[in-house]
Amino acid sequence: MSDPSVITVQRWNPVSLTATGAVLALLVVLAFGPYFLGANLTDRVTTLFVYVILAAMWNALAGYGGQVSIGQQAFFGLGAYAAIRLSHAGVEVYAALVIAPLLVGILSLPLSAFALRLRGGEFAIGMWVIAELAHLLVNLDGLIQGETGTSLIAISAFDPDTRRAFNYWLALAVMTLLVGLVFVLLRSRMGASIQAIRDNEEAAASVGVRVLATKRVIFVLAAIGCAAAGSLTLATLISFQPRTYFSVQWTAYMIFMTLVGGLGTFEGPIIGAVIFFAVETIFGASGVWYLVGLGASALLFSLFLPRGIWGTLTDRFGIQLMPVGYRLRFPAGAGQEKASS
Amino acid sequence: MNWADQILQGVLLGAYYALIACGLSFLFGVMRIINLAHGSIAVLAAYLVLSATERWGISPFVALLLVLPVMAAAGWLLQRTVFERSLRSGPLTPILSTFGLAVVIDNLLFQKFGADSQSLAPNIGDFAFNSWTIFGGVRIGQLSLLTLVVAVALLGGLQLFLTHTPLGRSIRATAEDADTAELVGIDARKVYAAATAIALVTVAIAGAFLAMRATVSPYTGSSQLLFAFEAVVIGGAGSLWGTLIGGIVLGVAQNIGSQINPQGFLIGGHLVFLAVLGARLLIVSRA
Repeated sequence: MSDPSVITVQRWNPVSLTATGAVLALLVVLAFGPYFLGANLTDRVTTLFVYVILAAMWNALAGYGGQVSIGQQAFFGLGAYAAIRLSHAGVEVYAALVIAPLLVGILSLPLSAFALRLRGGEFAIGMWVIAELAHLLVNLDGLIQGETGTSLIAISAFDPDTRRAFNYWLALAVMTLLVGLVFVLLRSRMGASIQAIRDNEEAAASVGVRVLATKRVIFVLAAIGCAAAGSLTLATLISFQPRTYFSVQWTAYMIFMTLVGGLGTFEGPIIGAVIFFAVETIFGASGVWYLVGLGASALLFSLFLPRGIWGTLTDRFGIQLMPVGYRLRFPAGAGQEKASS
Repeated sequence: MNWADQILQGVLLGAYYALIACGLSFLFGVMRIINLAHGSIAVLAAYLVLSATERWGISPFVALLLVLPVMAAAGWLLQRTVFERSLRSGPLTPILSTFGLAVVIDNLLFQKFGADSQSLAPNIGDFAFNSWTIFGGVRIGQLSLLTLVVAVALLGGLQLFLTHTPLGRSIRATAEDADTAELVGIDARKVYAAATAIALVTVAIAGAFLAMRATVSPYTGSSQLLFAFEAVVIGGAGSLWGTLIGGIVLGVAQNIGSQINPQGFLIGGHLVFLAVLGARLLIVSRA
């Protein structure tokens, strides 16, 4: 028998073990998607993967880094643009789609030195200005032909079915990698720093957390992730019109997904992406009213349910599916299990 | 090409930017809120002036006078429904809630008025394009000059209001420290509501001038927000006269940019904004 006075710290519990197992099993099933989903559904699920990437990246930046950016479309557009440029320079098209986000990641490093010194609303709109500038500069490139745009011609070498399956697998792999990276990051020593910064930046700095270095890692990760989403979108749409890719709409989607799912929770943005995907599938055709609804949801969630659907559920029931935090387990009779994330 | 003319036109354009930035700067100074729906609200006001002008066949200036109290009431409502709750829930919430509001306003405008751009220019006749030649081919437009006069009057008037009236003093005290202001009997809630009402009145004036000097369409709000924000930051956040300088610097940079490259108008403005911001950060980190 164990000593009843001992409080143990645990990371795994039966719920999180089951949930993690279920997620892994789901990923294995999804890996065979193109064989059973059919053409149309394969494309749609690829889009869902892109949404999960966008939501997870925006949440990493805002929910954990405490930096609300209205300019993530900068990286989304640059990711697609870099892929076009690489492919034009003779790089094999799928290699170009993979290398492009990494190039954008390198570009985001010097940018972070500037952007991360901005706070709150200044960072938010400052990033928006940077996105506008990136859009205007890409328009100056003769290859793009201004707003007329161009296409990722090289990808037409693959027949539609092969292309569809490749895009699906690439999106699934990139999503798993990026969301997995956030998971590993949150469980690492840096995860504790990240969450300390989220809760109180000054206090975190005072106990020796390297605030700027930690934020930079998240900023670059979010840049790479949004760029990957951009290059994956290019792979499915093929055409590149700067106005579409550098549209602030993408950031509006990210904000909607994260706020509805749960800002600052690991599972929330993924749930938000699934909700957004469902809402878009059902109401997307209704055009303007659908967009009014998205904006109104963001407004109402930020005011009345700031922790989103998932955050509210975890706060109320103390459940946590993915083990990104630690829990204190009190001995029987000493009270309830308490989650600490 | 005439540099003197380009710079003068830049200054006059800058006066419009100061006008649109006025409300953003004022609200930031008082409540530390950056209202991301600012540009969309300006466009909304422009559409209200347009509708009143067309429906009743009145002068746009009379229509603006009718719209001003409506916008003041909207400001009061905005503070009570959105800002108040946002301010209580931490620094990120106002950014998210006002961005959501901007998306709502833009798309409702699109739903009501469609994608076509509209202008008040036909309603003000010759005034829209009449100009005086002052020297060596340098022109000064009558509407542009009025914009400059209104911008200076508005910024100066706000400054005087803040220093010389009881409400102005309450606003400054609340901006300094809301809790302490409440200790000496100031109702911070009322002060914030009044400040937001004033800000939206200035936004309505800016929106009307936007529709007179150019065209508006439902999605022009975001670019107006960016111009306003750039003017505020270049001039130094929270300072009203700084906002005038910031607007002028932005306007001149855009006009010079357009002389260098056909697409250089916006690029020039953005680059000057980023350069000023970078220089300021450098100075802050040295100090």
